[in-house]
Amino acid sequence: MIRLQNIEKVYRTDTVETLALNKVSLEIAKGEFLSVMGPSGCGKSTLLNIIGLLDEPSKGEIRIDDQKTANLSDKQLAQFRNKKLGFIFQSYHLINDLQVLDNVELPLLYRATTARERKQLATEALAKVGLSNRVKHFPSQLSGGQKQRVAIARAIVGRPEIILADEPTGNLDSAMGNEIMDILIQLNRDEGTTIIMVTHDENMAHKTHRLVRLFDGSQVQ
Amino acid sequence: MLKNYFKIAIAVLRRRKFFTFISLFGISFTLTILLVLTAFIDKVVGDNYPDKKRDRSLYVSRLSQEGKNTMSSGPLSFYFLSHYAGSLKTPVKIAISSGFNGTNTYVNNKKIAVNYKYTNAEYWDILEYDFLEGKAFSKQQVDNGDKVAVISEDMKKEYFGDIPSATGQYIEADNVKYRVIGVVKNVPITSYMLYSDIYLPYTVAKDGGYKTNKGYQGNYFGILLANSANDLDKMHNEYEQMVQRLPPEQKQFTKVNSHAETYIKSYVDTGNERQSGTLIVITAISIFAFILMILPTLNLVNINITRIMERSSEIGVRKAFGASSRTLVYQFIVENIILTLLGGLIGIILSIIVLKVINSANLIANLELSINFTVLFIGLLVCLVFGLLSGVYPAWRMSKLNVVTALKAQ
Repeated sequence: MIRLQNIEKVYRTDTVETLALNKVSLEIAKGEFLSVMGPSGCGKSTLLNIIGLLDEPSKGEIRIDDQKTANLSDKQLAQFRNKKLGFIFQSYHLINDLQVLDNVELPLLYRATTARERKQLATEALAKVGLSNRVKHFPSQLSGGQKQRVAIARAIVGRPEIILADEPTGNLDSAMGNEIMDILIQLNRDEGTTIIMVTHDENMAHKTHRLVRLFDGSQVQ
Repeated sequence: MLKNYFKIAIAVLRRRKFFTFISLFGISFTLTILLVLTAFIDKVVGDNYPDKKRDRSLYVSRLSQEGKNTMSSGPLSFYFLSHYAGSLKTPVKIAISSGFNGTNTYVNNKKIAVNYKYTNAEYWDILEYDFLEGKAFSKQQVDNGDKVAVISEDMKKEYFGDIPSATGQYIEADNVKYRVIGVVKNVPITSYMLYSDIYLPYTVAKDGGYKTNKGYQGNYFGILLANSANDLDKMHNEYEQMVQRLPPEQKQFTKVNSHAETYIKSYVDTGNERQSGTLIVITAISIFAFILMILPTLNLVNINITRIMERSSEIGVRKAFGASSRTLVYQFIVENIILTLLGGLIGIILSIIVLKVINSANLIANLELSINFTVLFIGLLVCLVFGLLSGVYPAWRMSKLNVVTALKAQ
């Protein structure tokens, strides 16, 4: 489903050149739950951003569903992300000015849906993460675990085939973290969603199908 | 989608109340000034009472004679208008009236300031004053030198108080008593060629200047009426040719200048032969409006850029979940237009209040300013231009933000 070939990412400033990813090749099958581990600064998030088409590799090729992504325009990339990908971030990235329901509806705003459909789908997504009773709340009124569940609802509301989670339990205590992990496992198992998760937590990583380790930008496992 | 944009726009406005206040103040204050100015221009230029035949009239308000080191410029003499302009073929009628003169008169020991002017009989044919009672003086009455007067409704009220009819009563101006034969609706002082409290036949003028002054210059204006609007050019050219043929009155002068112009041109005429008054006025108004608008626009651009930096996380999220750069530009411009329209609404309310104050203070005699559809339309247009101008650049900057960088910002 996802195929990365010799991906390199170099960050350049006037004086320094940093190799964030060094010839990473990876194949991720449909329905797989993959975790990416490694020390801080090893390129985990960079890899996730490149798979999520949020960043471009300096070299190498990435294909999703056999489609080359290198030459897609800004509009095509936006549509691609909207339909195929869902994102969960460590710091949730909810829009504080919007209520929970509006936050979850966000991906649907960028595709042809009616207000009624958006409301229905967002309500269903929130029900899946157990937050039906918080639709009218603002993010500031929620706990960390609840915020992350809203973020998951937002990631799944558009029924994407792939979910990219960047340390989704990183800001949570272990109990909350386990709850979030259970939701992701259930999503992968019941809906067949492909999940790629960056984590620092060995326990969480071992709950996934496969573990990829990075060190200094290179794949070591 | 729009509902979502509206929600976020309102939320953003509420989040930074001080910024919002500055933005709204900038927009509404500017708009208020522009609306009041537009209301004023619209009233002065657009209101054609009692000058309803403006489309087929040309106005003569000034004559100048220039020499090498000297120049004389001012209104015209009655003789010039009746004799020279009166000899033209194209005008079917010529309204001749003096500038208004001020004097004081006393009623029951109360001093009243009075403005009076002299007119010919055709003045009342060309200009369609609304007569609340009575009628204008006739050619016969003018020729006879009858001491009759047409007065304004305000003058009637001030001089006679609340009486049902002033016709037949006597009014005193400059120690002469005149019999009131008509009362007309007020004319604002901005229509300086037509405004007065009392209108008198030119033949009763004390100085007798209409008879003795055979020079070009005096204290009179003229309105030349053509048969139709199509004859205006012809009438204009005929007047120009007539003036060109005139010899200067004195040796030190080499040239005589005078023009029969349309209302707007005559209104903004500066008397300078080398520069068009219209051009100067339009340029001045445009520069004023531009400066007035550019300052709050730059202010808004600045505030918007600051706001964008605050919202980079949101921009990152929107991009990650499928918003294209174009969609984000659209969203931001819509948000900005909501802000400017809100400012516009406040501006319109403020303008109504300011105009009410100006009207009630009667700063300019008989000038009743109001916001009409033209002014509202201009106001709305200004808001939209504001919204677009101040939103496009920040929106473009926002849309170009790199997603990863945007998401890293908190």
